[in-house]
Amino acid sequence: MLSFILRRLAQAVLVMLAVGMGAFSLFQYVGDPVGHMVGQDTSTEQRERLRTELGLDRSAPVQFAHFVGHALTGDFGVSLRQGREVSVLIAERLPATLELSLVAAVLAMAIGIPLGVYAALRRQHWDAKLTMAVSLLGVSLPTFLIGIVLIEVFSVLLGWLPSYGRGATVQVGAWSTGLLTADGWRHLALPASTLAIYQVALLMRLVRAEMLEVLRSDYVKFARARGLPDRVVHFGHALRNTLMPVLTISGLQLGSLIAFSVITETVFAWPGMGTLFIQAVQFPDVPVMAAYLCLIALVFVVINLVVDLLYAVVDPRLRVRAPAGAAR
Amino acid sequence: MRSVAVARWRRLRESDLAWDFVRSPTAVLAAVVALLCLAGAVLAPWLAPHDPFDLATLDLADSHLPPAWQADGRATYLLGTDDQGRDILSALLYGARISLLVGLSSVALSVLLGVSAGLVSGYVGGVVDAVLMRVCDVMLSFPPILVALLVDGIGRLLFPQARDVLAFAVLILALTFTEWVRYARTVRGATLVERHKDYVQAARLAGVPRWRLLRRHILPNVLGPVLVLATIQVGQAIIAEATLSFLGVGVPPTTPSLGTLIRIGNDFLHAGEWWITLFPGAALVLIAMSVNLLGDWLRDALNPRLR
Repeated sequence: MLSFILRRLAQAVLVMLAVGMGAFSLFQYVGDPVGHMVGQDTSTEQRERLRTELGLDRSAPVQFAHFVGHALTGDFGVSLRQGREVSVLIAERLPATLELSLVAAVLAMAIGIPLGVYAALRRQHWDAKLTMAVSLLGVSLPTFLIGIVLIEVFSVLLGWLPSYGRGATVQVGAWSTGLLTADGWRHLALPASTLAIYQVALLMRLVRAEMLEVLRSDYVKFARARGLPDRVVHFGHALRNTLMPVLTISGLQLGSLIAFSVITETVFAWPGMGTLFIQAVQFPDVPVMAAYLCLIALVFVVINLVVDLLYAVVDPRLRVRAPAGAAR
Repeated sequence: MRSVAVARWRRLRESDLAWDFVRSPTAVLAAVVALLCLAGAVLAPWLAPHDPFDLATLDLADSHLPPAWQADGRATYLLGTDDQGRDILSALLYGARISLLVGLSSVALSVLLGVSAGLVSGYVGGVVDAVLMRVCDVMLSFPPILVALLVDGIGRLLFPQARDVLAFAVLILALTFTEWVRYARTVRGATLVERHKDYVQAARLAGVPRWRLLRRHILPNVLGPVLVLATIQVGQAIIAEATLSFLGVGVPPTTPSLGTLIRIGNDFLHAGEWWITLFPGAALVLIAMSVNLLGDWLRDALNPRLR
């Protein structure tokens, strides 16, 4: 178990180093930073002096070590577009994105898992088949189109919900939250639904497939043969074992929710990290891109790690020292 | 020559796949819709009632017209016009052309790259295999759209003046970069199975050179799953392209794809001019859905477990 954790940790560090290398090479390609900083009439000697002061004359590995050191403390320099500290920019925008993603994730699980169980248990009935057909539409629709259609229906035609911005926010320490005001929730409704719809469709298809697989297995047949009531068999035996892969996918999807929020945030002019990143790509603003890249990678690596460790907790086969080949 | 073609056609017609196809109404319908979309896109210059890129024919007096069946609509502009007086139907046909072009070429490129990498990785093994697969692991753990965005951003950095052709190249490369991994994974797995089979061993003993062995003996036997994956990926690539264009980092605005059209139209949604964005959106969904359904059908039809 300990070696399992250590191996995973080592892999995580390796991935982060690789991503850091990628972010670092972004800076290498952007051209000459000195050229950005000085005017046309700066002499060659002055340029060279600045170069030495900035440490740009040192070898690439040394510069990389420098970069990693600063990145570890959250220092990614100054945004080329806005002229402010990247870490401050991101810290401002982080709450908006996290709140959006978390509400969407809760929404997706609260709807997706029960729907999937329902579709599996009643798979011969027309209502379950209809749900499946609708879910296929759900995974085929691009996120931004779902957002546009929701805006057209609920903002333009019905006029029920606002279509852009976060609305009224409350400052709790450094965290600005929209979850404490009714206006904030009204603004959150459409973006969160947009983000959740794809995940609902995905989760329910997954839960249904897994559940059907488990319902066919011997121990479920045996449980039925013992005369256990359907309720116990379905929820005590089948659902429990279905939840393992569902747990994995949900965890991994949390990361892609944050990634997909790039699109949702653009559609709804949501002031989160996604819009920050898109503006950075369009500009192009390297420090912001590099910081976002590292942050997202960190989120993914941590989620992967947590899911792996949860697996070890949930699956007893991984807890005891597994014989070779029995573990994943 | 002719008899060979006839024989091939007969083999295709009498295959299990064809049998499965004609008995699946969903597959037939999806194929028809997909072919119609493809035809509409390819034949856009001849089908489109107007040339949306010919500035001389544009008339600002014709801008913001609703579809023909609404009160202010005109029969010449069947699906209405946008803010510059461009015919939506024509723009849509030309846009689908760009979308399909980008989608199909990125899939073609990633199949080429992914299949080669997978074959080599699976057959050669060792360090090459280990390195390639770790790269795949890392890439698969990030959502493709983010990777594409990033590659696109880097492309913009490298070629700040990227216009037209270069912007297309960057976009296609960005999509390819995210897609090839799946083919590499699939082909590697299949190659690992195939390489120990008797026919491969026999060919090796007969002295067939390694490259020829990969290309003529193993490749045809691992292409089944690639075909399924490629079909599904065409839909994904078209959606990914539309998403990038919608975010404003896709194709150059002078040659709008469906995604660009949707983005432009998005600004007019609140003015009640829904047709500028929703018709290109519907076209996008139609293409993506039909390709996805075809892919789903192909996967089930080729999967012996489900028979």
